[in-house]
Amino acid sequence: MSNPRRTLGLLGVLALTISACSSGGSASSAPASAAPSAAPSAAASAPASAAAEPVTIDWWHIATGDPGKADFAAIAKAYETAHPNVKIKTTVTENEAFKTKLSATPADAYPDLFQSWGGGTMAAQADAGLLQDITAAVAPWKDTVNAGAMSIYQYKGVQYGIPWDMGMIGFWYNKDLFTKAGITSPPKTWDEYLAALPKLKAAGVAPLAIAGKDKWPSMHLWSYLLLRNGGGDALSQMIQTGDWNTDACTKAGQAVLALNALDPYQKGYASADYNSEAASVGNGKAAMELMGQWAPSVQKDQSIGKKGLGDKLGWFAFPTVTGGAGAATDGIGGGNGIAVSKNAPPEAIDFLQFFMSKENQDKLNTDGVGLSTTVGTETTVTDPNLQQVLAGRGAATFMQLYLDQATSGPLAAAFNDATVALFLGKSTPEKACQALTDAAKK
Amino acid sequence: MFRSQGRESSSGPRLPGKWLTISLFLAPALVVYLVFVIIPIIQAAHFSLYKWNGLGPLEDFIGLANYQVALASEVFWQAVGNNVLVIVLSLLLQIPFSLGLAILLNRRFPGRAIFRLLFFVPYVLSEAITGIVFSLLLQPDALVDSGLKGIGLEGLIQDWLGNTDIVMLTLFVIISWKYFGFHMILLLAGLQGIPREIEEAALIDGAGRRQAFRYVTLPLIGPTLRVSVFLSVIGALQLFDLVWVMTGGGPLTATTTMAVNMFKSGFEEQQMGYGSALAVLLFLCALVVALLYQRFVLRRDIDGAVTAYNG
Repeated sequence: MSNPRRTLGLLGVLALTISACSSGGSASSAPASAAPSAAPSAAASAPASAAAEPVTIDWWHIATGDPGKADFAAIAKAYETAHPNVKIKTTVTENEAFKTKLSATPADAYPDLFQSWGGGTMAAQADAGLLQDITAAVAPWKDTVNAGAMSIYQYKGVQYGIPWDMGMIGFWYNKDLFTKAGITSPPKTWDEYLAALPKLKAAGVAPLAIAGKDKWPSMHLWSYLLLRNGGGDALSQMIQTGDWNTDACTKAGQAVLALNALDPYQKGYASADYNSEAASVGNGKAAMELMGQWAPSVQKDQSIGKKGLGDKLGWFAFPTVTGGAGAATDGIGGGNGIAVSKNAPPEAIDFLQFFMSKENQDKLNTDGVGLSTTVGTETTVTDPNLQQVLAGRGAATFMQLYLDQATSGPLAAAFNDATVALFLGKSTPEKACQALTDAAKK
Repeated sequence: MFRSQGRESSSGPRLPGKWLTISLFLAPALVVYLVFVIIPIIQAAHFSLYKWNGLGPLEDFIGLANYQVALASEVFWQAVGNNVLVIVLSLLLQIPFSLGLAILLNRRFPGRAIFRLLFFVPYVLSEAITGIVFSLLLQPDALVDSGLKGIGLEGLIQDWLGNTDIVMLTLFVIISWKYFGFHMILLLAGLQGIPREIEEAALIDGAGRRQAFRYVTLPLIGPTLRVSVFLSVIGALQLFDLVWVMTGGGPLTATTTMAVNMFKSGFEEQQMGYGSALAVLLFLCALVVALLYQRFVLRRDIDGAVTAYNG
């Protein structure tokens, strides 16, 4: 090396690149937390004596918009008021950024409580020893929460988190635009659905909004086609064996290609992110999107004047596919929850119990922040569309957690990558199924 | 490198003091450099030998398998191709354009300072802000499209960020917009370092303007130009922020660069081992380019003064 100085300079230039990929040596340390809890149920009975030691609960969530953000802050504040020794430090991060932030967080700096969707990612975190077994700690009050939703936050029989929101994906549509296009009732079968698209186009709107940049919205569409074609048992089988070279998978891909042929997507869909997808529906430029229970609030947040569609917005379940093994009541769903990390103090779990109280959850329901899983809060869901989602959740004969959440790592990424390629017309059904099979082996 | 012996004799003890001073002044920089540069590089190289999702302990040693997978993957080579494309276009278009502007702005005319400032402004914006602003401008029917429509060029309207065939070129234009001012300022500084007498002498000797540029100006700003090219190449190799903000490497993998590929593999697919291998490959690419460039291109700038003495 003729000139060490310049070489050093170059290394410096690259330092950021490299260090971005190495997550060793933590900088920030988790706030002082009590010893890993053998959390006795005593913790559940509000340990708030005046002389109690000060405790900080570090909580990361993704409610970046109101009313969710304000509601969460209010709940934390209420808990702090009732427990003067507890300080709740919240960090609010946008959905995609949160996933990145968490995956770059060293084990010992994990927040005490953090956003989780349960399923595969949570299982990977549990395998790595990052999570706390809260089975015993929540036992006294676990029956106040919907059991099916709780099971998504279990792994190998151990409870690692609590769901506060659980819903089912379906089509959110603009009733006015449907009427304008001469569609009197929401389609019940996939054939009816396909027949409706040209009518909407003729009425001058984009029939369906997707998000090619974020990928997962269209992945859900493909997963529903797979579920309707193959049925719940076949889908569970594919997830378990990792063999996606199946008839149902191919048929789902073919259905996507048939959908593409009608060119139903909004302008710029290939580079659109989810927010712009929601904006196009919320502003009445696109007639519908396939989305979870959060759709109305995001549409509102992203639309001009933050108005959304109001009572023009309707919901219908994913249509059935003729000859498919899946039932109309089979669903794909999921929602938001809070996972508890290894070093979280008992107060964190006590806070969760407070968070899940009927009073707090009723508030989240009435504000439309989520569809609460606390038993007895169903009545506070007043929005007719969300009532339908809730009815769908209640009547489900099979419920699959979002595929990119049920799995983790390369396969989870491949669901998004392989299916978006189909929607952009750059792949074939066979290639997509093969890509999933390959990813499952990684 | 160390030429201050003359002065040392006047003050204090000789050798021990000198080394003490050196180590005291060097230590902070060395520590920072070690912690944030050298150790992460070694760590990345270490991680790259494992199959690891970034969560649990490092256990599954797989040797060089990550590198084999990378070199056999289509996405990797597409990413390399995208980086090379940006390098080539930068050298062919961006630098000559900056040089042209620098020459224009080196002349005396009213409002020169304002132009210099205006052209430099884009460089001051962060890449993330640049990306967000251009994403908004390039939305269908947004400013760019309606602007083209307004001047009757509707035929040129494209799905700027969605069409996999042109999205990389769209990004290149934005990168150039952001960085031409920087190269222009560098070259302008180089031009101002050329004594006016030399150019005048050439003109008096009967050289045309073109000849004066080719045989006098160009060789004299050579050192600046070579540094400018070097920075441009290294910048293109590391290209990440703008791409991540605007397209996330997509649609599909159309705008995936080596750095984007590394980030996606590491953080989105949670293959930290594989991501580290990609990081090491990117590091090696940049290292090789930099060493070759120094050996064959920058050498005359570095050695120039010395050879003149000896020869």
